Amino acid sequence: MSETIPEIAFNWVDKRFRTGPPVLENITLTIEKGEFVSILGPSGCGKSTLLRMIAGLTPLSAGEIAVNGMTPVNARELMSFIFQDATLLPWRTVERNVDLGLELEWATRAVREQKVREMLALVGLSAVAGSYPRQLSGGMKMRVSIARALATRPSILLMDEPFAALDEMTRDRMNEELLRLQREHRWTVVFVTHSVAEAVFLSSRVVVLAPHPGRIQEVVTVVLEPERTNETRASESFEGEVSRVSKILRGAHNA
Amino acid sequence: MKGHFLTALNALAVFAVLVGVWQAFAWISGTPAYVLPTPLEVAKAIAERHATLVDSLLISTTSAAGGLALSIVAGVGVAMIFAQWPWLRRMLYPYTILLQTVPIIAITPLIILWMGSGTWPVTVVTFIICLAPIIANTTQGLISVDENLIDLFLMHKASRAQILFKLRLPHAMPYMFAGIRISAGIAVIGAITGEWFAGSSRVGQGGLGYSIMYASSQLQTAYLFALVIAATVLGFSFFFMVMSVEWYVLHNWHESKRNARAE
Repeated sequence: MSETIPEIAFNWVDKRFRTGPPVLENITLTIEKGEFVSILGPSGCGKSTLLRMIAGLTPLSAGEIAVNGMTPVNARELMSFIFQDATLLPWRTVERNVDLGLELEWATRAVREQKVREMLALVGLSAVAGSYPRQLSGGMKMRVSIARALATRPSILLMDEPFAALDEMTRDRMNEELLRLQREHRWTVVFVTHSVAEAVFLSSRVVVLAPHPGRIQEVVTVVLEPERTNETRASESFEGEVSRVSKILRGAHNA
Repeated sequence: MKGHFLTALNALAVFAVLVGVWQAFAWISGTPAYVLPTPLEVAKAIAERHATLVDSLLISTTSAAGGLALSIVAGVGVAMIFAQWPWLRRMLYPYTILLQTVPIIAITPLIILWMGSGTWPVTVVTFIICLAPIIANTTQGLISVDENLIDLFLMHKASRAQILFKLRLPHAMPYMFAGIRISAGIAVIGAITGEWFAGSSRVGQGGLGYSIMYASSQLQTAYLFALVIAATVLGFSFFFMVMSVEWYVLHNWHESKRNARAE
């Protein structure tokens, strides 16, 4: 795709549904190209809504969002959305699932075959290409979901608590892999989570939301080496950052 | 494999006992054959009149299969329209229920009145009673798709047609088969009911329903039993055939078919 890596800009965005109190208020936020930003907050603070608005899946009530200077719907080509559950099609094999986005976007057969093979190798699932989703573990399903999202060569990944359903060890490993791939491909990632440790480990910045109505409490820049491995988790500076962000999150809770 | 064999053996044993009891009862009680023929007499009736029996069976099979096939095509078509245009669904869905509640016995004479006798009106009667379960189940399957999956398709700029054919339709398959299974059972009933009214003695138009009427009026009770057996076999084969196709289509991925595969 294009050489210019896009950014995401929220400009005084509000969201309220027809009934009930406002969900999000006065969201102004800029995400730079190649950044890994986490959205952190208690449940019900509008994290997912915020992410869905970037994708153009939920309309705004006020303000505007620009993705690489375009409206979210027009910028969908640049983005892939990864849901909390793997959302695989159970009637398709692993490789046909990875193929889905390319197929819907009318890619040529040659491109599709090559891309699918490449993506399966990337997430380490070449051996189960012909299996059906029900034969896979939760972690493997999520890998398929990620492979599918990457196959259409997005420059922005929108991830809605993608690893929340996985056990801790699998989750840690997936975090490391994701980070490695992100560094390599320079994707812009917006990552919704309710885990402070996950947010700190992955992100260059953490957006902490306060609830009722959802608003930005603070945008925290994570002070850690950009190179992060399993050792990072055991380091003192990591623990320091986790407790710093936790404190802000608690403050947001009581705000 | 061993389990299947034992099950079959048990079923066969039950059958043998029932036939034995029936034969013994007919002998001991001395009931006249026009009230209760013995199994032997039924077997004799089948042997003597197998040509006409097979003819009737084939005629009924054609009508039942034709009506069922038409109802699958039309039912899935209507369900697809309902899925694409919800306002149309809200407007017309009540009439699908109505279709199901109209007693078929009551409208069959009307259809005969309009279409005359023969196999076509029988096919139409079958079609009518098979339609509602297929529309209802398939529609349910088409509209009960996970919202996240629809969002996923939208992110890839999928058209409505792509969402229908690559998402809604495959997702609706198990629902559709549930509907077809119900309809396959009643298709045979529909054909026989239709023939009851529309059957004719003309060669190649009688069908099981007509023959049942005729045999009963002539007190050919042994042959009547033979016809009942033929009708039962027909109903069972329909059901079994749908089950087989369903298994073939769904066993790779659908939860309800997993155990069948594990055996």
